[in-house]
Amino acid sequence: MATKASRSAARLMMAPAVVLLLGWMLVPLCMTLYFSFKKYLPLRGGDLGWVGFDNYVRFFSSSAFWPSVQATLVIVGGVLAITVVFGILLAILLDQPMWGQGIVRILVIAPFFVMPTVSALVWKNMFMDPVNGLFAHLWKFFGATPVEWLSQASMTSLIIIVAWQWLPFATLILLTAIQSLDSEQLEAAEMDGAPALSRFGYITLPHLSRAITVVVLIQTIFLLSIFAEIFVTTQGSFGTRTLTYLVYQRVLESQNVGLGSAGGIFAVILANIIAIFLMRIVGKNLDA
Amino acid sequence: MARNVTNQRKLINTVAAWAVGLLIFFPILWTILTSFKTEATAIADPPVFLFFDWTLDNYRVVQERSDYMRFLWNSVIIAGGSTFLGILVAVPAAWSMAFVPSARTKDILLWMLSTKMLPAVGVLYPIYLIFIKMGLLDSRVGLTIVLMLINLPIIIWMLYTYFREIPGEILEAARMDGASLKEEILYVLTPMAIPGIASTVLLNIILAWNEAFWTLNLTAANAAPLTAFIASYSSPEGLFYAKLSAASTMAIAPILILGWFSQKQLVRGLTFGAVK
Repeated sequence: MATKASRSAARLMMAPAVVLLLGWMLVPLCMTLYFSFKKYLPLRGGDLGWVGFDNYVRFFSSSAFWPSVQATLVIVGGVLAITVVFGILLAILLDQPMWGQGIVRILVIAPFFVMPTVSALVWKNMFMDPVNGLFAHLWKFFGATPVEWLSQASMTSLIIIVAWQWLPFATLILLTAIQSLDSEQLEAAEMDGAPALSRFGYITLPHLSRAITVVVLIQTIFLLSIFAEIFVTTQGSFGTRTLTYLVYQRVLESQNVGLGSAGGIFAVILANIIAIFLMRIVGKNLDA
Repeated sequence: MARNVTNQRKLINTVAAWAVGLLIFFPILWTILTSFKTEATAIADPPVFLFFDWTLDNYRVVQERSDYMRFLWNSVIIAGGSTFLGILVAVPAAWSMAFVPSARTKDILLWMLSTKMLPAVGVLYPIYLIFIKMGLLDSRVGLTIVLMLINLPIIIWMLYTYFREIPGEILEAARMDGASLKEEILYVLTPMAIPGIASTVLLNIILAWNEAFWTLNLTAANAAPLTAFIASYSSPEGLFYAKLSAASTMAIAPILILGWFSQKQLVRGLTFGAVK
């Protein structure tokens, strides 16, 4: 069907998008790469010349590097685990016949539309504040000492905040997948006396695998670079400094562009390792 | 046939689902309620839920203190503008990939998505420098361009998914009936593509509205949208719960309403049709 003319028209129509994205990717990335080999301190002398791999070595061997990689992986992993597990449970619950299903759905997906700065601030002040937060009241009500969430349980707090934002997304997608499940198959299994748990394990879960893949992929893309939540809560203290935040601090707060750029390249590499892995899975799913 | 669902079971489901739903929604509800309290009521111990003297004072103070309308306007312009530009670039691209696919189409799509994996922080400083050179720092134009670029891969993917679902047979049939290319596009393809484009627009507005990394780092006084407006409340002098709540409610209300209207499209759109 595609003629030669339509092919060249197609190329022409794609050109703006491809050129823009290529530029968006290459120009800043090349500049970052360039800076990463320089001693570059905008507020303290500016460009102080080439230093080779110095920045990389310093960034890599700084005491903040590995903890930041760990913090990144813990947040991404923690949020993924919570949203996938609770997303499946919630999707199964919402799939049951009930009154007011539409309204419950609206309640459940609402957090997804709350901007991250707002959600982080609301959680930080109105829930996790050790004096006036609702959690503190709740703890006191049961006679316990209120937890200083963001300093004592900083990682848990952040994971709670971020998971709350992403649970709706996971739930919505898994719910859609569950709704397409052939209910006759489930009924047949039920008739044959298969217990609920094995019906779930052998029918529902395999059916959801593709939806789970998509949830994991999309969330990973966004979670690897969470910023606002940390920015308005802990500012990277109490062990919540992710790789993204560490680079941000080097570049903007301490104005060490060379060092930060080297860190940025590390962040790009980390993201790409994860991306290649995920892309393979999605690439497979695209065909079907 | 359908399982015989007893009313009792339905009741249990309903109670459980509403309980979970309200629990998840609670932080938003609490924020909205608090926005109508006085500061003293907002931090009362034990907390007050519904029975207090409702007041609109906080909204008035927030507006007076930081000119909410200007931030709102910036959000509207930046989210709307980036969506408009994005659609302008993405429709032809997605269109051609969906209707004139080549061996490389899939690779191009994956590559486009991979630009989304580029950590923003890795390229922040270069963008910052380019913006200073071009006078785009703290400008709506600059932010509009950046948000258009970061969401472009998602828009293209979404549109591609929607366009691919337009059956080719209909086109063939139109051609058989002697439709010209113009007629084909105007009367056959466009009506079928518009719902997909509309959902993409909605979702992109939501994404752009809530984007925080670039808005916090590339704007100051002039072009700051609501994400930045609300971040100013993280400073100690902004720590008044009722006012924080009013500001939060004002920042999320427009997009929450838009989001609820577009919830059905959300699934298909954000999963690129991979989940049905």
